[in-house]
Amino acid sequence: MSDIKKIKDEYLLKLNENLDLNQINQIKTDLFGKNGLVSSQFKQLGKIAEDERKIFASDLNTTKDELQDLISSKIDEIENKEINKKLEKEKVDITLPERPFAQGKIHPVSQVIDEISSIFSEIGFSVEEGPDVENEYNNFTALNTPDNHPARDMHDTFYLDEKKELLLRTHTSPVQIRTMLSDKPPFKIIAPGRTYRSDSDQTHAPMFHQVEGLHIDKNINMGHLKGCLNYFIKEFFEVDKIKMRFRPSHFPFTEPSAEVDIGYEIKDGKIIIGEGDKWLEILGCGMVHPNVLKNVKVNPDEFQGYAFGIGIDRLAMLKYGINDLRAFFDCDYRWLNQFGFDPNDVPSSYRGLSR
Amino acid sequence: MKITSNWLKEHLDTKLDENQIIEKLTDVGLEVESVEKQRGEFDDFIVAKILKAEKHPDADKLKVCDVDVGKENPVIVVCGAPNAIEGLLTIYAPPGSVIPKNQMKLVVSKIRGVSSYGMLCSESELNLSDESDGITELSSNDFKDKIGDNYFPKKNLNVIDISITPNRPDCLGVRGIARDLAAAGSGKFKNLEEKKLKQDGKQTVNVKIENDQACTVFGSCLITDVKNVESPDWLKEKIISIGQKPISAIVDITNYVMLDLNRPLHAYDVDKIDKEIIVRNSKKDETFKALDNKEYKLEEGMCVISDATGVLGLGGIIGGTRSGTELNTKNILIESAYFSPRSIRKSSKILNIDTDAKFRFERGIDPLSIEQGLKKAVSLIQEICGGIASEFDIQKIENYKNKSLGFDPILFEKITGVKIEKNEIIKILDDLGFEIKEEKKILDLKIPSWRPDISQEVDVVEELIRIKGYDQINMIEPQKVREKETLNKKQKLFHFLQRAVASKGYLEAITWSFTDSKINQLFIEKNKEIKIVNPISSDLDVLRSSIFSNLIIHLNKNLGRGFKDLSIFEIGPTFLGEKPGEQQTIVGGLKSGKNSRQNWLEKERLVDVFDVKSDVIQCLAEAGYDKDKLYFDIETPSYYHPGKSGRVFLNKGKEKIIAFFGDIHPNILKKLDIKTEALVGFEIFLDNIKQPKKSLKDQKTQYKFSDFQKSERDFAFILDKNFQVQELIDVISSVDKDLIKSVKVFDVYEGKNIEEDKKSVALNVTIQSSEKTLNEEDLNKINQTIISTVESKIDAKIRS
Repeated sequence: MSDIKKIKDEYLLKLNENLDLNQINQIKTDLFGKNGLVSSQFKQLGKIAEDERKIFASDLNTTKDELQDLISSKIDEIENKEINKKLEKEKVDITLPERPFAQGKIHPVSQVIDEISSIFSEIGFSVEEGPDVENEYNNFTALNTPDNHPARDMHDTFYLDEKKELLLRTHTSPVQIRTMLSDKPPFKIIAPGRTYRSDSDQTHAPMFHQVEGLHIDKNINMGHLKGCLNYFIKEFFEVDKIKMRFRPSHFPFTEPSAEVDIGYEIKDGKIIIGEGDKWLEILGCGMVHPNVLKNVKVNPDEFQGYAFGIGIDRLAMLKYGINDLRAFFDCDYRWLNQFGFDPNDVPSSYRGLSR
Repeated sequence: MKITSNWLKEHLDTKLDENQIIEKLTDVGLEVESVEKQRGEFDDFIVAKILKAEKHPDADKLKVCDVDVGKENPVIVVCGAPNAIEGLLTIYAPPGSVIPKNQMKLVVSKIRGVSSYGMLCSESELNLSDESDGITELSSNDFKDKIGDNYFPKKNLNVIDISITPNRPDCLGVRGIARDLAAAGSGKFKNLEEKKLKQDGKQTVNVKIENDQACTVFGSCLITDVKNVESPDWLKEKIISIGQKPISAIVDITNYVMLDLNRPLHAYDVDKIDKEIIVRNSKKDETFKALDNKEYKLEEGMCVISDATGVLGLGGIIGGTRSGTELNTKNILIESAYFSPRSIRKSSKILNIDTDAKFRFERGIDPLSIEQGLKKAVSLIQEICGGIASEFDIQKIENYKNKSLGFDPILFEKITGVKIEKNEIIKILDDLGFEIKEEKKILDLKIPSWRPDISQEVDVVEELIRIKGYDQINMIEPQKVREKETLNKKQKLFHFLQRAVASKGYLEAITWSFTDSKINQLFIEKNKEIKIVNPISSDLDVLRSSIFSNLIIHLNKNLGRGFKDLSIFEIGPTFLGEKPGEQQTIVGGLKSGKNSRQNWLEKERLVDVFDVKSDVIQCLAEAGYDKDKLYFDIETPSYYHPGKSGRVFLNKGKEKIIAFFGDIHPNILKKLDIKTEALVGFEIFLDNIKQPKKSLKDQKTQYKFSDFQKSERDFAFILDKNFQVQELIDVISSVDKDLIKSVKVFDVYEGKNIEEDKKSVALNVTIQSSEKTLNEEDLNKINQTIISTVESKIDAKIRS
């Protein structure tokens, strides 16, 4: 029997015994180490007669492969066994609580501002801002509401000086003035922000939020105004059909002026916007008064357009079923958690305004 | 403005029912705020039949009656009337009703142990007669089929409350409302009934009207020998129907004319007037007692009606007690005048008086209604109170001329987008009282004297579209075109940081921009306090100087609700000065309590300065700022813990502070009585964060990375205890900016084996070349350079 066969038979037998990893590694060294049995046979290769060499080499290679395969499969087997043994011990109760995490929330007013911005962005409005403290001129006079005009009584104003020249803006409309004074027409902007009036009860807070809209160009008429608001209301409430009513009203800075009502009904104690035969007032609007345009050096014979103002808090209440306005500003942790939105919920046209 | 449809119909011939009228009112811009059933005081009394009357078990004179009131079950009423016997038809007052005679409101009550549900009424109790012996007896023939019905015919009157916008004084009278409805096609506007007045002689009270004061016309009529009485029922009912109280015929008549025609009048008791009437400006500190029983001290230049003695009343605002009419008044002077709206508004504001007359005059009364008002009032007074009327005396310092206006009909379609025929324009304007002359393409309009609101062409457009109907405006769908970016860079950063902070577990709060000055003082630092002149309450008296002023109060309230581990934030303005624009936008957050409280996995620990530091840094990093360039120092406002707070700059240049973070000073917690284990906070100054010139997409440089082997080396240096690690890292990084990829602090140690005022800082430095694999020699060289640089540049020793 050739040496090769002998080695093979002997070690196949050995390897099939119940060995541990060290023993197998020892066998591996014995066979394939520098002076290992198989390695030594390879060294013989040169000494063997040429006619036998081919067969010898082939036998040797086969044996080598066979033994090596067996060794690695044995090693695999043992390692697998060990892993399985380890896994056996490593079981945890995955029903135990996870590591703590904190989920933040976005205030519904902020969320609704983002929704509104997203809607108007689609039809080309950009967002402008103005300061919370305003002068009397921008808040009233420039908006065609001169001193000693009863329309000023509609706004209970917070003043910062005895002369009543500095005040907290009572509406977002002064942003119209600032925008038009700082640029040239056309204008197509919305301006969301904080507004202040000195009354406070169940339905009024001394601070609330409005969004102003202004579109001035050549030939913008009341049809555009109606179309714009209809689009907005439909998108905002995410309904296919909306009932909308324009009612004549009066604001000093628009002429003609209108208030807009939307249809609603109450189902299971919840307000459903859209159909229904009840009316809910949601905004005021109109064609920008020529006096206002003159005040900001825009020629009313060349340019005209519309403006609107919407109460943001009220929209949020209607859309998300929030009853109490005062709660918006109470910062109750439970309320913020319930009515707040996940920060990943960024309203956009392609993902939808809300989920 | 309250009206009833019956009253309206005195001026409007209409086939519309009340609901249609209400709808139309709203359509023309007279918004109906509410429609309420007028509750009459006799609505509750019901025809009833006594089914059984038994003696009260505990009272001889009382009876316990079963009374049929038309409901399924009879009610039990205890009654003391001797005539309360079985079978009697009478009048029943249920619990809740008010007995007209004594205005007593009935409740269910126990009378000697028996519950009585309501009362059976005598005629006197119902003001039907003086008969007070026994309860009302109704004839069986007339009432046997009416059990359960109301005894008094129910008035089916609705009070329609209309919100009149300040531009429409003409609709503060029922007639003005009727005119609008007629113009809108809801009926025919009736002509005013002109009764011939009997007038004898001149008005003998001398009226002097001075120049340069606010009363431009003063009309008057003297009526002698009147008998001021209670108003007749029709007038009382009218006054009651719109929710006012009848007083006496003369007062009720002047009120009625005001409500009907929007023509305020005033009646003087002539016998109380000293010689003459003088219409003039008040002198400083003149006083008079007004009909509201208050004494007013006047400023100079208010329009007063006076006599030889002094002020009788404030013209157009309120009369005085001295010359007021009473039931025994014999001779009266009726005033019908015009006062300038500005002056009325100014005086009433200064004196803080609000009356119906003031409300009307400040909006603008028809200057041509003076005689019309006198006529109607005098005719009614003569009819009700008798008396002899004088001719009218009209004194004026100004002649009224109607305003006129050229109107180009093209403007209508230009503004409304609605087509209209010229004929229709003329028809509408004519119905509204305009006088129209056609001048080629332009309409020459004479504006009605009762419409002070109309002065420009666009006002006429509003009239036309209002009457034609806003529903005629066709919608034009908006185009989905965007020419300008929706948000600018700063707005984008605002929205980004808002959501970045929230995503760190903070709940967004929105709090008032004003706050309590006492609390604001704690956070004001060197800023100016900005007071509100007319705060809504004394604890909201200043604009907030810090985002914490309100936030910390709300955090405390939530602690009070039993929460311990809170994270809240707000993004919004704080105020530096009282001029527009002197404000900044802040993102501020507060965090209290512990992390991982009572968690089975993580060891719980107090929130600390490094929690908020990491929140701030992560937010800035997410917003695109290189976290490794941020620079920190320890100068922070006094409301932070001096040793546990920091200030953040975008880079070493320290241009603008972009944030503070740290523990809140224990004194603040003490002063505000905040009970929490730990409180940390941060403020990010949005306006100070410099916007990169390049957009984020352009900032991305070419994608370069090295595949050569990285090596890591650890170092430990002994430093002064107060030495800032930031500088150590800076020194190490700058040894070779190309090779040193990162420097990490993995241990800070003070204590055993380290000198008392020293600390040991252990760092892990990653070294990698982008050109080759560094060999041992290269690495050693760098190691040595790092050590020698650190030791030479700063007072540090490598720890051996």
